[in-house]
Amino acid sequence: MPSFPEAAHDAVRNETLRGNLRHATHTIRDKRAVAVSELDDWAQLREAGMRIKDQTLRHLDRHLVQLEKSVTAAGGTVHWAADADEANRIVADLVKATGESEVVKVKSMATQEIGLNEALEAEGIRAYETDLAELIVQLGEDRPSHILVPAIHRNRGEIRDIFAREMSEWGRPAPEGLTDSPADLAEAARLHLREKFLRAKVGVSGANFMVAETGTLVVVESEGNGRMCLTLPETLISVVGIEKIVPTWRDLEVFLQTLPRSSTAERMNPYTSMWTGTTDGDGPKTFHLVLLDNGRTDALADEVGRQALRCIRCSACLNVCPVYERAGGHAYGSVYPGPIGAILTPQLRGTASEIDASLPYASSLCGACYDVCPVAIDIPEVLVHLRERVADQGGKGHRLEKAAVKAASWVLDHPSVLAAGERLASATRTLHPKRLPGPGARQWTESRDLPEMPAEPFRDWWKKNRS
Amino acid sequence: MTPQHPSSRDRILARVRDAVAGAPDAPEVARDYLTSHHPDDPAALLDLLHENLADYRAVVHRASETALPALIARLLAEHGAKSVAVPSGLPASWPATTDAEQRPDDGTLTPYALDATDAVVTGCALAIAETGTLVLDAGPGQGRRALSLVPDLHICVVRAADQIVASVPQAMQRLDPRRPLTWISGPSATSDIELDRVEGVHGPRTLVVILVVD
Repeated sequence: MPSFPEAAHDAVRNETLRGNLRHATHTIRDKRAVAVSELDDWAQLREAGMRIKDQTLRHLDRHLVQLEKSVTAAGGTVHWAADADEANRIVADLVKATGESEVVKVKSMATQEIGLNEALEAEGIRAYETDLAELIVQLGEDRPSHILVPAIHRNRGEIRDIFAREMSEWGRPAPEGLTDSPADLAEAARLHLREKFLRAKVGVSGANFMVAETGTLVVVESEGNGRMCLTLPETLISVVGIEKIVPTWRDLEVFLQTLPRSSTAERMNPYTSMWTGTTDGDGPKTFHLVLLDNGRTDALADEVGRQALRCIRCSACLNVCPVYERAGGHAYGSVYPGPIGAILTPQLRGTASEIDASLPYASSLCGACYDVCPVAIDIPEVLVHLRERVADQGGKGHRLEKAAVKAASWVLDHPSVLAAGERLASATRTLHPKRLPGPGARQWTESRDLPEMPAEPFRDWWKKNRS
Repeated sequence: MTPQHPSSRDRILARVRDAVAGAPDAPEVARDYLTSHHPDDPAALLDLLHENLADYRAVVHRASETALPALIARLLAEHGAKSVAVPSGLPASWPATTDAEQRPDDGTLTPYALDATDAVVTGCALAIAETGTLVLDAGPGQGRRALSLVPDLHICVVRAADQIVASVPQAMQRLDPRRPLTWISGPSATSDIELDRVEGVHGPRTLVVILVVD
């Protein structure tokens, strides 16, 4: 995968994408500010949310064991997956055990993170995404570009074409003469997916929260596809990151206030489902919970970086980020884009690859993300911390930078050398290129304009005018 | 507990313990946030609930207990509903005067049968005024979760006298986590296409709330 600057290179030149993103991020950002301002105790809720998640993480072992006990007592079965492969294998085996070859899915970041759909496909199981945006992404053989609105990079005309072209491949075809009005497109999705919901025997979901104390899982959504998948199938399999726990039932009262307002800028999202194991005569008869590590314990071990695990995936940080707004979600090379992605992905995957080593630099450190975060993750602090880690592991760019800084230190330590250099630079200023040649310097000036040189160095001007 | 992958369980727990070993204690959670953002005035909370439900595109009516059967019959007729799902424990008087075929939820209503049912009438466990939210907990007169999900029209009855709470914290105190809970705030919606809000995606396209006032 290319590094962030390379991946963003085309996106920042794509006028349509820039327009879509600007409109989207500014719209949600402004609405969110209004929704948050309705609550006089926002600061206290934010503080409480942060502390609840810190309590969760500090005693995560205890909460995980308690969760396992309460889910099991309520009729569910708990599985543990150390990494993506193991989680995929567990889910594939569970689906095969039902004898089914298709599943309906609730939008879930965790299952995207582990590449579950592809893994199931390889086992001959078809996974149908049922969230409207995820459907657009799936039918378009695309990648999500935003946590909340994954198809934000697509406009209505493109969506119409994708539906008209692809729906028949996956099931009920799009209606004849489908227009590009959002209401029409949503209706087409409703008809296309209704058929799948009604015949579904296996549902796959993630979860927004898991309550250790009671064994309750929570899914918040807007469309009702979540309710369909969580309610109609006979078997439900939920794949959830281990950090999604809250210790007590009461803790939900904080997040059910902060998440909808911070995410979709609503007082409350249209639908929230809460279930505890299985219930006779209501919903799935069989419930499996797959607890996923996949790098989370690595993040937990980093005393600065672990705060990223507080994240409740609201996406407010994406919508205020000047870098995300211009680069779009795909440049981040992971299912977690934007500021939270820049600190979460390198911790979950490590910083060995080019893309992961570049992510901590995909920021201007302006701090807007920290201001809006409903669990007060100090994203800039973690970015700087991760930059240190990347710099310490070396690599070509960092060796060059070290050499350049060393040379600069020597020059700055020798005033006469510096003065001579400055005179030379001023004297030759009409000849200066706009971009510097050579390794390191070239990359530096590819994304930065060189400053204009003054006609004479300040020292000379001072001598003439003030001495 | 299925010790299918006991090694993974032990490995993850060991990794967690290693990761937080020696970490400073996390401060206790200060619960100094408000338990409610509005004064405890029943009439004002009823108005607030009404306003917030309507703001999120639910159709809201107020009626006395005695006027309820006629109102339900009228609403079903206006929507052209020929059949209505009836959860067990729903007061028999509520759908007593409708011409629509009543389909009791006796275990025969498969997803396909529900899909072929035009409407459903339910009560609720409680309603939250501040957020315009109805909460169903599968109690008497509410039915299982699929019942209020698949039919295209959901008529939900809220008793103003004892079912309205002001806030989310107050709701959490009254709800039982062992029951399957569905929180409903307006009809289903999506903003996935150019952030243009469209109501009625997969859930009932019309949500009618009747506030019973006496």
